[in-house]
Amino acid sequence: MATSAAKLLPKEEFILPGTRSCAACGLMLTYRHALKALDPGKTIVAVPASCMTVLHGVYPITPVKVICINNPFGATGAAASGIAAGLKALGNDDYTVLAFAGDGGTYDIGIQALSGAFERGANFLYICYDNEGYMNTGTQRSSASPAGAITSTTPVLAKLQHKKNMIGIVEAHRIPYIATASPAFPLDLYDKVKTAKDTYGPRYMEVHAPCPPGWGFPNKDLIKMGKLAVDSGIHVLFEIKDGVFKLTSRSLSLAEKGKKKTISEYIKGQTRFKKISQDQINSLQEFVDQRWNEFLERHHRNSF
Amino acid sequence: MKNEQTKESTIRAISRPSKGEAGKTGDWRSQTPVIDQEKCSQKESCLLCWLYCPDGVISREFPLEIDLEYCKGCGICAQECPRKAIRMVDGRNPSEKNAS
Repeated sequence: MATSAAKLLPKEEFILPGTRSCAACGLMLTYRHALKALDPGKTIVAVPASCMTVLHGVYPITPVKVICINNPFGATGAAASGIAAGLKALGNDDYTVLAFAGDGGTYDIGIQALSGAFERGANFLYICYDNEGYMNTGTQRSSASPAGAITSTTPVLAKLQHKKNMIGIVEAHRIPYIATASPAFPLDLYDKVKTAKDTYGPRYMEVHAPCPPGWGFPNKDLIKMGKLAVDSGIHVLFEIKDGVFKLTSRSLSLAEKGKKKTISEYIKGQTRFKKISQDQINSLQEFVDQRWNEFLERHHRNSF
Repeated sequence: MKNEQTKESTIRAISRPSKGEAGKTGDWRSQTPVIDQEKCSQKESCLLCWLYCPDGVISREFPLEIDLEYCKGCGICAQECPRKAIRMVDGRNPSEKNAS
């Protein structure tokens, strides 16, 4: 049953105010609602070097009321499988192991540890917050950055390659639960983390986390940008339970009725796209449309 | 016994949870949210500002209160409020001047 109203979410906050994260941080909003869905007394978080480490604070204080282990950049998957194995050996089956890494730590640097852990069937939930670049170190290009975006390592031509199909790579491991979410749709995010919590085995979630300083839009537009990304099909909300694909939330209503917005509407509010050429816009639109049609087809195939 | 001693002598770097890890983040603000309680629906069915606040500094109980000591002034609440009951006012502490 989908959570329908904000009042149904737990009242307790697990992130204390006064954190080091930027104002209007998409990651922080994601983390806030993800922790509400988990049982923070029974959760162990593994994080790599990232904006997450910044959020978790500098010794000896942390704003987060959850046990957390800091790891090297490429080791999130390995650390999480180690924690899961340790908990199993001690008989603590009621704990949830949560690995929380950015797109750099998932798409690029952490992919071998992640793939290894999924292949072994380690029992943990991996959430990738995708802010489309190495935002913590200064907006460098990652393989999750969209084509046409200026980053500090692609300052002249803007990025030429399209985003990597990480969901496809993860799906190839045949894990029981895969989902995408967005902090602009917190109730959907909450439900998915809850479902993931109650699933056994490796679970993967990808959250599209808008980053105002990295993408170049005003802080107040965080939710608007997140919604535009879903409305334009840049990010699609779905879940894959045991191989069964299903669109959810806003993406589902877009598929049933309503028209997808164009890419131009999404990119015009962001300064990172200021050098994008018309060819690149067309190519991006084509890329997004093609992916959207694939998703639509899979959704319809499974709903009959 | 021996084990306990070893435990005691192990140096562990464990952070403890506390408010204001980065100091009083309200200092970062250049605009401050001000709630017009009369425009606010005061209904639990809304709570969009509470839902969308990344820092979780808006109370869940009505009348809503914003923890200005830690509010970073991003303006999401003012932008997302369906009744436009929250507006952003220039300055870090406008409530002192414009107290209604």
